[in-house]
Parts: sequence; C-alpha cells; structure tokens
Amino acid sequence: MILNIARRELRSMFLSPLAWTVLAVSQLILCWIFFSQIDVFFSIQKELTTLPNAPGVTDLVAAPVLEIASVMLLMISPLLTMRLISEERRNGTLTLLLSSPISITEIVLGKFMGIILFYIILVGMISLMPLSLMLGTELDLGKLASGLLGLLLLLSAFAAAGLFLSSLTENPVIAAVSTFGLLLLLWIVERSSEAGDTVGVFTYLSLTHHITPLLRGIVSTVDLAYFALFITTFILLTIRQMDAERLQG
Amino acid sequence: MSLITVNNLVRYYGDHRAVDDISFTLSKGDILGFLGPNGAGKSTTMKMLSGNLAPNEGEIRIHGVDLLDHPKQAKSEIGYLPEQPPLYKEMTVDEYLAYCARLHYIERNKILGSIEQAKERCGLMAVGQRLIANLSKGYQQRVGIAQAIIHSPRIIILDEPTVGLDPNQIREIRDLIVTLGNDHGIILCTHILPEVEAVCNRVQIINEGKFVYESDMKDLSFDSSNGLHEITLLHPPAVEELYEVAEINKVEQLSPGTFIVHTTNKTAEDIVNATVANNWGLIKLVPYENSLEHVFVKFTLGDEKKSRKTKP
Repeated sequence: MILNIARRELRSMFLSPLAWTVLAVSQLILCWIFFSQIDVFFSIQKELTTLPNAPGVTDLVAAPVLEIASVMLLMISPLLTMRLISEERRNGTLTLLLSSPISITEIVLGKFMGIILFYIILVGMISLMPLSLMLGTELDLGKLASGLLGLLLLLSAFAAAGLFLSSLTENPVIAAVSTFGLLLLLWIVERSSEAGDTVGVFTYLSLTHHITPLLRGIVSTVDLAYFALFITTFILLTIRQMDAERLQG
Repeated sequence: MSLITVNNLVRYYGDHRAVDDISFTLSKGDILGFLGPNGAGKSTTMKMLSGNLAPNEGEIRIHGVDLLDHPKQAKSEIGYLPEQPPLYKEMTVDEYLAYCARLHYIERNKILGSIEQAKERCGLMAVGQRLIANLSKGYQQRVGIAQAIIHSPRIIILDEPTVGLDPNQIREIRDLIVTLGNDHGIILCTHILPEVEAVCNRVQIINEGKFVYESDMKDLSFDSSNGLHEITLLHPPAVEELYEVAEINKVEQLSPGTFIVHTTNKTAEDIVNATVANNWGLIKLVPYENSLEHVFVKFTLGDEKKSRKTKP
C-alpha cells in the first residue's frame, strides 16, 4: 500500500511540469559546474603530477559538483515537498486516503517514499556526469559512492522535514517558506559555534557538519546515525500531527 | 444485523458541542435522508462515520465492527463521497478509479472489472480516458460517486451529492442513488428537501447537534389528516361559503383562486368531495401540515423562534 501511494505521488509529479523543470534546471547548472571544474583540473594538471599524494579527478571534479548540488537542492527541495500533504488537504483528496482502509503511518510513509523515488532519479542523473569521466580516466568509485549516498541521505532529510511542515498547513507556500527557513537554519547553525573550538550542540545539529565528510568520501557511523535520526524524527512527527488532526479536527 | 449502529455520539470543537449525543441505525436497503440546516452537525457526523474524525464519546459500529478499534476492517465497508469530491484532477478517470481500487485492496485481476462496473453504474463509460480536470461539474460528481462504490461497500455515505448540478444532472444522480439503494445502505446528507422526498425512505432531522425529528417517509406523506391543505379552485366561491360548506376552521386566501384551509376533523378526501359537490373546479390540493418542508421548518426554526421570544 505504501508503494501504491508512492507510485501515485511520483506519477503526479511527472504529470506536472515541476518535476521536469527541476530535473532540467539542476542538470543544466551542475553541468556548468562540472565543465568548469574539468577546466580547472586541466589547468593545474601539470602541478598536480609533481605533488605527492595529489588529489585526483574524483576530488577535484566529482566532489565539488555534489557539494554545489547539495546547496542547490536545499533551495529546490522545499518547492517539491511543499504540496505533499498541504495540497491534498486543500483539494480535499486527503479525505480519500483517510476514509480508505489504510493507516496514517502508511499514508505518511507512502508520501515520503514517493518523493524519495524522485530524488533517486535526480541523484542518478547527477551521478551520470562524474561517471562519464570513466570513459577517459579512472575514478575513485568508493569516494563517488560515498558522495552519492551522502547526497541521497541529505535529500531524504530535506524531504522528511518538508513533509512534516507540509502536514502543518493547508497552504503550500507557507510550507515551502518554513521548510526553506528550517533547512537553511540547520545549514548555517554551525557558524554560531565556530568561535569556540569545542564541538557544541549546534555543531552536532548542523546539516553541513554531517554532510561534508560524506561528500568528500568519509563515511562515519555518526553521520549516518545523524541522518537516520533526523529522518525518523520528522516522519514520526508527521504521523503524530496527522493523528492529532483526526482527534482534534 | 444493521449496517451502522451509532450510540451516543458526541463531538466537540473546542467548547462547542457540534454533535450532541446522537444515536441511530441503518439497515440494508435503507436510504436515510440526513437533514439539517447549515452548521447543524451533518458533515461532522459524516466525517466521524467515515473515520475522518474521531468522536469524543460514543460508539460507531459498521456491520458489527467497531470503527475505532478496527478502523481498517470497518472502513472497507464504507464508501464516502465528501462535500468536496476527493479527485486528483491531473489523472484520467480510469487512472483515478484504478488508484481508488488499489487503496481498497481490490485484487489485481479484479480491478479492471470493478472499474468497468463502477463506470457503468455512474454513466462514465464515455469519459474513461479523459482528464478529471476537463470534465464538467456533473461528471466530476459522478466520478466522486464511482469512487465511493468501486469496492462494493455495504454502506454509501453521500454528503450533498447534487450541489451545483443542473436539473438534468440532479435527476440522473437521484436515479442513480435510488438504484444503488437496492443493494447498499445509503446515507444521504443534504439540505435540499425535495431530494429527500424523491429518493429517501427514512428521514432524520438534526439541529444544533441533536436529532429533533425522525420518521419513515411513508408516514410523513400519507398522514395528512387534521392538517393544512393548500387548494386551488377554478371557480372559487366566497370565503364564507368555504367555511360553511367544507366545515373548515380557518381559511387564508393567497390569491383569487388559492386558499390555505385549516381543518381539524376533515381529511383531504372530504375536501375533495366538498369541492366536487359544489362544482368549484378543484385543480390542485397539497397537504401541508406534514410535508417535509413544514416539519423541517417547525423543528429547526422552532427553537430559534422560542429563544428569540425569551430574549428581551
């Protein structure tokens, strides 16, 4: 049943121009970054050969593309998640789901899964650019895999937060703005603790703090656990919110 | 076993008691008219019956299954058309109905059959491939009804199904409801009185969260003794003559040929006989007292009048 709802979600995304636009725009911008990074790589290639332990093409081309992608999707993701629940509520279609013999958990997970499927397609398309380098050179596939995993986890976190904020309102624009605010806050929250050298609670909460190592190819359990907790928390909050609505109306 | 058993249902919105201790049952073959003025608690009750809203107190049993304890099992017996039909406008009718069928766990190989059946019953055969957004309001409403019957539920709940339709469409939807009433139990929630008179066999009037009136339609329409009648005569006599000959207590003259007559011991039949005997040319006789409209106004406006009077 979860897959059923996810499938419809994905379908309706591709029936509107939004999904296509997002795919096209992100592909265009990342392509630009990709080519300019290749340019940089060529111009410093000679010096690199003289260095011991020099960064390879994966570090100099693939990692920056993924980093730009993560910032760009921070801005785009709220626009994709804003309508998940708020629009169903506004159009009255939420009633269809709520009066069907399915649980609220299934509805919420289905919605989440739908957007994740879209993000898998998006990340897949982004990964094609670095992978095309394999035609001419060797890539550090481990590092690339870590980066792609990181990007997908980050997008899942964006989606979970967006899903929750979308469940709070009937107005998609409010959902989008508040999601963007929350994500941006979590993105920059690390700055406040930069003054001190101890790792504070803000650093721990920060999205950037946990995503950067992954994008650079360092997979640590702490970061994976952070994303797992982040996603679970927001999904549980969404389920609770939808349940409360049924009780309190 | 009755299809729906509702016991002492209560629902608050904040401090406001929107639904106040209502109980009723619905049996197979019933088309129950659920009447009430706007804001009386109709839609709230329907939302609770369909599992969209949890009641504060009370019990809802759907075909013997408690809706709150076993929501999945209970909900599979209900088809619900809310006030605003829950349509995904970017989908075609066939896609949408297929999605609804899957939401109700209809087996894969039976989905096509149930879509065809629902489309046929709702007159949607010609529009299966069209986008719901491009359909007229009447067709969208029919898709809404098709959605409610696709899993052949025992109970169909329709919340104002004919709002915004043209007279022909209203007639078609009503015919459809009557047909569906043969093998489902139906609750028809509306404030359009002729609709209830046309299709329902039972009526309940709700006002300020409480049931104020309950009756079988046949009792309502045939029990017209000792009441008011509106009569229209081609050759009306003087008003005094009317009093005398027809033994009528009170006559109000609406227009030269139209009167409202009050009797206590005369039936409609007596009035007809009197007019025929005097050759007044009776062309219309409408029993008034127990018409649904009269009952509706009496029970829903009565309170308001009383409370107005008590206020200084």
